[in-house]
Amino acid sequence: MVIFSVYLVNKAGGLIYQYDNYVPRAEAEKTFSFPLDLVLKHHDEKVVVSFGQRDGIRVGHAVLSINGVDVIGKNTAEGKDILEYLKDASNYPVSIRFGRARLSSNEKLMLASMFHSLFAIGSQLSPDAGSSGIEMLETDVFKLHCFQTLTGIKFIVLADPRQSGIDALLRKIYEIYSDFALKNPFYSLEMPIRCELFDQNLKSALEIAEKAGNFGAGS
Amino acid sequence: MSRQSNRTTDSKKMNSELFTLTYGALVTQLCKDYENDEEVNKQLDKMGYNIGVRLIEDFLARSSIGRCQDFRETADVIAKVAFKMYLGTTPSVTNWSPAGDEFSLILESNPLVDFVELPDNHNTLIYSNLLCGALRGSLEMVQMAVDVKFVQDTLRGDNVTEIRMKFIKRIEENLPAGDE
Repeated sequence: MVIFSVYLVNKAGGLIYQYDNYVPRAEAEKTFSFPLDLVLKHHDEKVVVSFGQRDGIRVGHAVLSINGVDVIGKNTAEGKDILEYLKDASNYPVSIRFGRARLSSNEKLMLASMFHSLFAIGSQLSPDAGSSGIEMLETDVFKLHCFQTLTGIKFIVLADPRQSGIDALLRKIYEIYSDFALKNPFYSLEMPIRCELFDQNLKSALEIAEKAGNFGAGS
Repeated sequence: MSRQSNRTTDSKKMNSELFTLTYGALVTQLCKDYENDEEVNKQLDKMGYNIGVRLIEDFLARSSIGRCQDFRETADVIAKVAFKMYLGTTPSVTNWSPAGDEFSLILESNPLVDFVELPDNHNTLIYSNLLCGALRGSLEMVQMAVDVKFVQDTLRGDNVTEIRMKFIKRIEENLPAGDE
């Protein structure tokens, strides 16, 4: 029973807070010798596997680190292009970690504003007037819950589909926001939240929600 | 655990006299700094506004009240829930205008003005103007533009303290989706 992440979106659709609570499970580190039997290609500023699947490395996985050092986009930590590096036999044997590419913060910002626009579609598609926006989005891997306050701020939680008690958690996060973000006089409204106390209290609220969810039917 | 469980009844009590003293210190310092009652009134209104825009989220988070359908409901919620929650007093809602867009809040007690007397040289000072700004700011965050002012003040010799609230319009920009 896991809560994967929390997103806070302000009135204008901008992401003001984001927290990831999950550890990506599908990662594989392997040592390779020349020549590399996986076909790699550039995709979206990352190097991903386009063909070749073995030992937990799947098509679509990105190169996360080489020889233990995290890569930066298409280049190694030293700035060398990864594909060039891997074509050179003298660099082998090399240990590469593959995994599902994590979203960069820019991508998260874009996705949050896209969700903000899609949220409105929920109320526009409604056959009756007075419908709320999108409250839940479900896939086979996660469920996205969204709560919009009367003032237009959206609290979005991505959790395991079987996790219960998310409504209470959303209200709790609203309380934590009204306490530790708003009552901090140095926090300006609608701006990204950088308050330690908010982070801490949010994390403990998530832990409590995760533990409570284990008992099955929560609130 | 105690912080997370009983927040709806605000278990942290504070000495209300300290609150009165703090507010008093604030107003007297503003008077010294600006030396002009009108200017002080404006500053109190501005400060109240900044408090209001933040306080509304706290209010909504704790009271779980939904959107009010009309101004009468708004008046009731303000008087019976909001004032009770934050100032511990319940004003009465009276003097509705025929069009239903103006009403008065009559406060029997105002914790801001315990022990306070206005001297003669501050005749035009609206001591509790912070309240007006706060009401204006919080309603603006729920898409209601209102005009709030004191029409009677016990500090200035009237019998009761009366706040007049007038509904101006619904703010249509940046309406949260799903609220038409």
